[in-house]
Amino acid sequence: MSIFHNSVDSESKSKFLLQVKELFSSLGVEYNILELDQVDDGANVQEVLSEITNQKTVPNIFVNKVHMGGCDRTFQAHQSGLLQKLLQKESTYDYDLIVIGGGSGGLACAQEAAILGKKVMVLDFVVPSPQGTSWGLGGTCVNVGCVPKKLMHQAALLGQALKDSRKFGWEYNQQVKHNWEIMTEAIQNHIGSLNWSYGLSLREKSVAYVNSYGEFVERHKIKATNRKGQETYYTAAKFVIATGARPRYLGIQGDKEYCITSDDLFSLPYCPGKTLVVGASYVALECAGFLAGVGLDVTVMVRSVLLRGFDQEMAEKVGSYMEQHGVKFLRKFIPVMVQQLEKGSPGKLKIVAKSTEGPETIEGVYNTVLLAVGREPSTRKIGLEKIGVKVSEKSGKIPVNDMEQTNVPYVYAVGDVLEGKLELTPVAIQAGKLLARRLFGGRSEKCSYINVPTTVFTPLEYGCCGLSEEKAIEIHKKENLEVYHTLFWPLEWTVAGRDNNTCYAKIICNKVDNNRVIGFHILGPNAGEVTQGFAAAMKCGLTKQLLDGTIGIHPTCGEVFTTLEITKSSGLDITQKGC
Amino acid sequence: GQPDYDLLVIGGGSGGLACAKEAAQLGKKVAVVDYVEPSPQGTRWGLGGTCVNVGCIPKKLMHHAALLGGMIRDAPYYGWEVPQQVPHDWRKMAEAVQNYVKSLNWGHRVQLQERKVSYFNMKASFVDDHVVLGVGKGGKETLLSAKHIVIATGGRPKYPTHVEGAVEHGITSDDIFWLKESPGKTLVVGASYVALECAGFLTGLGLDATVMMRSIPLRGFDQQMSTLVTDYMASHGTRFLKGCIPLRVKRLPDNQLQVTWKDIASGREDTDTFNTVLWAIGRVPETRNLNLEKAGVNTNPESQKILVDAQEATSVPHIYAIGDTAEGRPELTPTAILAGRLLAQRLCGQSSDLMDYDNVPTTVFTPLEYGCVGLSEEAAVARHGKDHVEVYHAYYKPLEFTVAERDASQCYIKMVCLQKPPKPVLGLHFLGPNAGEVTQGFALGIKCGASYAQVMRTVGIHPTCAEEVTKLRISKRSGLDPTVTGC
Repeated sequence: MSIFHNSVDSESKSKFLLQVKELFSSLGVEYNILELDQVDDGANVQEVLSEITNQKTVPNIFVNKVHMGGCDRTFQAHQSGLLQKLLQKESTYDYDLIVIGGGSGGLACAQEAAILGKKVMVLDFVVPSPQGTSWGLGGTCVNVGCVPKKLMHQAALLGQALKDSRKFGWEYNQQVKHNWEIMTEAIQNHIGSLNWSYGLSLREKSVAYVNSYGEFVERHKIKATNRKGQETYYTAAKFVIATGARPRYLGIQGDKEYCITSDDLFSLPYCPGKTLVVGASYVALECAGFLAGVGLDVTVMVRSVLLRGFDQEMAEKVGSYMEQHGVKFLRKFIPVMVQQLEKGSPGKLKIVAKSTEGPETIEGVYNTVLLAVGREPSTRKIGLEKIGVKVSEKSGKIPVNDMEQTNVPYVYAVGDVLEGKLELTPVAIQAGKLLARRLFGGRSEKCSYINVPTTVFTPLEYGCCGLSEEKAIEIHKKENLEVYHTLFWPLEWTVAGRDNNTCYAKIICNKVDNNRVIGFHILGPNAGEVTQGFAAAMKCGLTKQLLDGTIGIHPTCGEVFTTLEITKSSGLDITQKGC
Repeated sequence: GQPDYDLLVIGGGSGGLACAKEAAQLGKKVAVVDYVEPSPQGTRWGLGGTCVNVGCIPKKLMHHAALLGGMIRDAPYYGWEVPQQVPHDWRKMAEAVQNYVKSLNWGHRVQLQERKVSYFNMKASFVDDHVVLGVGKGGKETLLSAKHIVIATGGRPKYPTHVEGAVEHGITSDDIFWLKESPGKTLVVGASYVALECAGFLTGLGLDATVMMRSIPLRGFDQQMSTLVTDYMASHGTRFLKGCIPLRVKRLPDNQLQVTWKDIASGREDTDTFNTVLWAIGRVPETRNLNLEKAGVNTNPESQKILVDAQEATSVPHIYAIGDTAEGRPELTPTAILAGRLLAQRLCGQSSDLMDYDNVPTTVFTPLEYGCVGLSEEAAVARHGKDHVEVYHAYYKPLEFTVAERDASQCYIKMVCLQKPPKPVLGLHFLGPNAGEVTQGFALGIKCGASYAQVMRTVGIHPTCAEEVTKLRISKRSGLDPTVTGC
């Protein structure tokens, strides 16, 4: 790639040059710039150039020795796909794209690239957990994340529904037992079908799928090691790292030997029994929630705050609902040792923990200890250092620019390995798809990481979009904000005799920006279903006035947002009386 | 002389109460006159109007009872050791629902008292354009005068006029929620949302339910969606007698009801026996006994609804009508409430905002719920022409259906857009669990003028049903398979 330029020219032309440079770097293309005013015979060169190309202006761009034209022509060629074709000629690699990691983000990127006519390979390999758990294609979400956890959450909700159903006239004897094995087998069967359909979908799109561990060995070259230890080498013009993350261990005595993580729980062949969940991440609270919901004795050990990063008022409400429904909390303790008392399925473990505030230590005996203390990106053993991809020393995550490009131009990354981005399936999918379209489809749309909605599937679900109250205050100052809130009682809970004044809705508005809604929070049943549409509305610039002008759907929980009147600053009572 | 009240509201339903409470809060002297004429079967109820007593509230609770039946069937797949056949006790459910409704009646009374709104349990009729005559239970008469009068008397179910035995032997939605005993094998006549919702929950509670419809289901709603709604019901045990009209209802010696009907196409007559016949063939506004002519308030002679302008004013400028009695308004609780509140604010000089009746979202609580906002596909095509409308759609499978081995053939989403970029969204239609919850937020998006691209740029919440709305990639025009696969 050669760009001839003359920086003596007007500023606007330099802007063109910048745009072209940005385009090439986003495509991972290396280029040379010849500044005609900085070389001795610049004037001559420019004359010859205009003779050959019939173009007097700069930048004057050549792609693989073919004259492209100026800035506009280059962008046109990018849109039409001509640019990509010219670039491809250069390629002597096995593949246009190799994606490392067959999770949500990696698969989305690979399939999109294949749809755009590229030769694509996916390398996917699940390193078994310390307990020996392993799984199929699809990554965390499908195998050990969103999918099984939502299904186990559903199992727990059904337990609640069974209790409610008697109040609604359904008759059966009082004690209903839960069978862990039946649930787990049904869920694993569903996951199996998803694994299979992912494989099928890759085949249909002619993506080469290799069940091997990928590791960079040199520029543009990767080593793939399969289960039997056989090594194969592949080259590609571009790479996408989408290796995701795995649960972290504590590094205390006995943790890897005796504790399980979310990698193991969803396929555990026996009921975990009395369980200690260590951690207060959403994974910790979700697991604790559904384990209690299927009737187990559950304790959560929390070092400091619940759901760090989420709105803390909401997080505390999530926790207190769990507490009211039988989950025990040990706050301000950290485990120091795990010891096996008895083998078995489950066995018996003794755990020793110490206070974070003083010398106090406590001991407890549990059948299962589930660690949910965060996740470690899988970036340390894939040869990134061999090709010079920068990894954050502290987090192990990969910094990228707003094009998901690493410091090595032909290497990109999406999903949970990204530094400072959200660890969410739909975000990874969107990022992966858009990346493929930018690389191979002549598109320019970037992935937006703002106003991403999410939902925590705790027994009482918590959905949110935009800023937490703390963050909003930090960014916009308290005096510029108005917070509207209310408690509410879902209609279905009334007859069931379930907790009034527990479900809660809150929005945070920016008074100096037309009362724009910058934070949306709901604690209640079906929070995910409720939040999604509001997230779309926030994309379109939702304001308090628009909320007030929207008609509710009666009787739903979502309608509560169309009648929010009480501000937090007023200090007025928000408990519900009547309808 | 001085009128007794600044504002007199006739009708203590959603709209009337909202208007009265708002005006009282803004310092006006307000009275509400409310009276429930017993149904032909003698059913009566307390303060709060249709929604609370014989509408949204009890129907959603009974719908929920039916959904719980489905969850009991799902539970074994998720490891719960539930008996195979779980019977349902109507009496227990009805009592619980009725007790809750009564607590709401009480709540409404308390709220009126707290806001110092005078309440008269009287039947009202106009004497002139400022004076209303109230007749109490014992026949006691009271004259009430007011500066402004709001008519919010709502509507009541219609009985057929030419079906022998219809009134004597049939019930309506005014009665079903107050039945002490199970209705048993039920014939529901009509294809309105009331008809389908009632037939749906009756089937879900384990009863034998049949829907008899003359022509199309859910007139006015998107017809593709409506057909999917009835397909789902049919595949879950509701019987449909399509293209049929009832001729007569007869009580047999064993107390069963013998219904005779005609198949319109073939002219053939048929008959079957039922325990209950429920008419759900539409509603008539409660305007006939108000002596509207004495006040000079005009109605549409055909619909009997009151003609109103954008201010909700009738042909008499200081008399207003809101809710189900007003011509051309959606018959929905939240619209009546907001219209009532805005009207009160205007009357009190608090605001000049008018009620915006466009893009009102709603949800039909059939066994598979149907939520929608904006235009149906038919209406969009009629308004903009087929070539200018782009429809994106998907058949999806809710995650929870997989393990429970439920059939998701009718779980379907459709977004109707203008074809010209930026492809503004004209209508959204969602068929699936929790449709009301899903639709609410998107209704706002449509109100904000969302485009197809903006909805697609919204990141999904995984795993939910609502996220499928943000992933609608297949246009109808493309002819591609709209079945969602994978995750």
